[in-house]
Amino acid sequence: MSVTVYVPADATALSLGAQSVAEAMAAEAGRRGLQIKLVRNGSRGLFWLEPLVEVATAAGRHAYGPVTAADVPGLFQAGFLEGRAHPLHLGPTEEIPALKSQQRLTFARVGVVDPGSVEDYVAHEGYAGLRRALTMAPADIVAAVTQSGLRGRGGAAFPTGIKWQTVLDQPPQQKYVTCNADEGDSGTFADRLLMEGDPLSLIEGMTIAGLATGATQGFIYLRVEYPHAHRALNRAIGAAYAAGYLGPDILGSGRHFDLEVRLGAGAYICGEETSMLESLEGRRGEVRVRPPLPAVKGLFGQPTIVNNVISLASVPVILQRGAAFYRDFGSGKSRGTMPLQLAGNVKRGGLFERAFGMTLRELLYDYGGGTASGRPIRAIQVGGPLGAYLPESQFDTPIDYEALSGIGALLGHGGVVVFDDTVDMAGMARYAMEFCAKESCGKCTPCRIGSTRGG
Amino acid sequence: MKAAISSSSAAQPLSPADRAQLEQALARYREHPGPLLQVLHAVQERLGYVPDAAIAVIAESLNLSRAEVHGVVTFYHHFRRTRPGQHVVQLCQAEACRAMHCETLTAHVKRRLGIDFHETTADGRFTLEPVYCLGNCACAPSAMIDGELHAKVTPERFDALLAQQEARK
Ligand SMILES: Cc1cc2nc3c(=O)[nH]c(=O)nc-3n(C[C@H](O)[C@H](O)[C@H](O)COP(=O)(O)O)c2cc1C
Ligand code: SF4
Ligand code: FES
Repeated sequence: MSVTVYVPADATALSLGAQSVAEAMAAEAGRRGLQIKLVRNGSRGLFWLEPLVEVATAAGRHAYGPVTAADVPGLFQAGFLEGRAHPLHLGPTEEIPALKSQQRLTFARVGVVDPGSVEDYVAHEGYAGLRRALTMAPADIVAAVTQSGLRGRGGAAFPTGIKWQTVLDQPPQQKYVTCNADEGDSGTFADRLLMEGDPLSLIEGMTIAGLATGATQGFIYLRVEYPHAHRALNRAIGAAYAAGYLGPDILGSGRHFDLEVRLGAGAYICGEETSMLESLEGRRGEVRVRPPLPAVKGLFGQPTIVNNVISLASVPVILQRGAAFYRDFGSGKSRGTMPLQLAGNVKRGGLFERAFGMTLRELLYDYGGGTASGRPIRAIQVGGPLGAYLPESQFDTPIDYEALSGIGALLGHGGVVVFDDTVDMAGMARYAMEFCAKESCGKCTPCRIGSTRGG
Repeated sequence: MKAAISSSSAAQPLSPADRAQLEQALARYREHPGPLLQVLHAVQERLGYVPDAAIAVIAESLNLSRAEVHGVVTFYHHFRRTRPGQHVVQLCQAEACRAMHCETLTAHVKRRLGIDFHETTADGRFTLEPVYCLGNCACAPSAMIDGELHAKVTPERFDALLAQQEARK
């Protein structure tokens, strides 16, 4: 009988040595004449434990980490294939406190499934949302998204359902669904983690967006700095076509949706939606004047949905479990969950999906454990280069859109970068100025980059 | 812009092999809507950069002006206009990596390779480039060498990675 062993192929896990761990696993199993099935999953997002190896035991998945190739013979010796004790043993994966305390709706399958397998996706409730959507009228799909309270996770926090309604309201013609996967803010990696760990949930979300608005073609605009995500997306798109979930006749419904990935080329401003559309059309990423809105005249002048990866990947669970289920998470006008990303000088960095309303302090200390250096936190940057630096005195602010804008900050894409007291704040301010000058599109209808520059 | 265009018309002609690669890239994407970025990606993937001499060929094939193609090539930081070294080293310079003092690593790498950003070593082995976030921000500082991502890169670890890379070729 072969035992399933999971070794992530996520870019962060690989950057920490996961490939040599996977090779050592295969080699050691071979030496011992044991059959193992190696699955290259995504990352659970607990990066201080990566490479995090899991084994499927009779009592569920057990985790070991962080594992190096040198640890592998010892793990076999200790009986890790049966989930036995070892200094790196973390117990049942789902019981790891930093994972157990999360509310993973959008990231429920990330790190769990084989990201290239439709079969595994479906076995984990994947495509249940699409199946439901196929039985619904477009207006009802849009209504479900509106009622869920989902707001754009790319930064501007605009209600997703309202955007979709505008596209639905345009007369029948070629319409597009575009996914903004430019993820340019330092300290953010939620899009990447999702695209590498559960790309089919993004594909499913985009397909549902197509059904909801009559769009038959989707594009994922992916930053070129993410080659691993590029491969994961292409593999998953290929698998979805092969299984009949994409193409001219989705699951025999007669409905049509095509999807492809287009690469950006290292320009921060192309994360701004109209600049992204220019870039998708093969031009310089100069910001467009609005109106018209992209929902009315977007890609190639046609009605176009532009949504962030996380917004779109949250749609399947909303359709599957219902708007009320999603809306019941959260606080105030910030409904649902937010994948928060903790980065920089932090002891336990990673991705933590929680309902809105947790405080920054809980994120920084309960999850993050303070700084990696062990020194005091001097400041955190929230919301990327367009966001703000916050001092300790503001750490009791709850993480929701309104509470953060109330203190002059911005949740943005949910990235938090931690700095200890050795940070040169003047130097960081200089860097921000230089970055904005370098990344300005040179056109100027003032977008946020302009206001950051003070102009 | 004028100067740049006239310099591109004085550009070194493409070798027959490069010309063939360029034609293949064009043939593959010419019929796509808004194909320029895809063509440029394909050219850079095949040749390692976008030679000046390619600009006129691309412009003619896609029915664009040379100024338009040149404008797109120069807008995007990803596109190189000179041939890179055998290995491309990219060092993240963005905030989360700064929080882990990537400046120290950057200074070390520049000294070690004897070049600044956007330069190639005299022996043609290494090109050094800045990059603004590799999405590995919880394990900073990050670096990418020939498309492979590395975490928590100290000067010592960089030297070890470099030795590995040298051993490969
Ligand atoms: C300078 C600038 C950069 C941006 N970068 C991104 C980005 O990388 N990813 C993203 O999803 N949205 C980004 N946005 C927000 C987009 O313009 C847009 O609001 C978003 O893609 C819409 O999707 P959503 O409603 O699902 O969030 C950026 C905005 C500005 C002004
Ligand atoms: S503010 Fe800068 S980036 Fe934004 S539109 Fe103006 S020039 Fe372009
Ligand atoms: S800031 Fe360096 S990897 Fe994100």
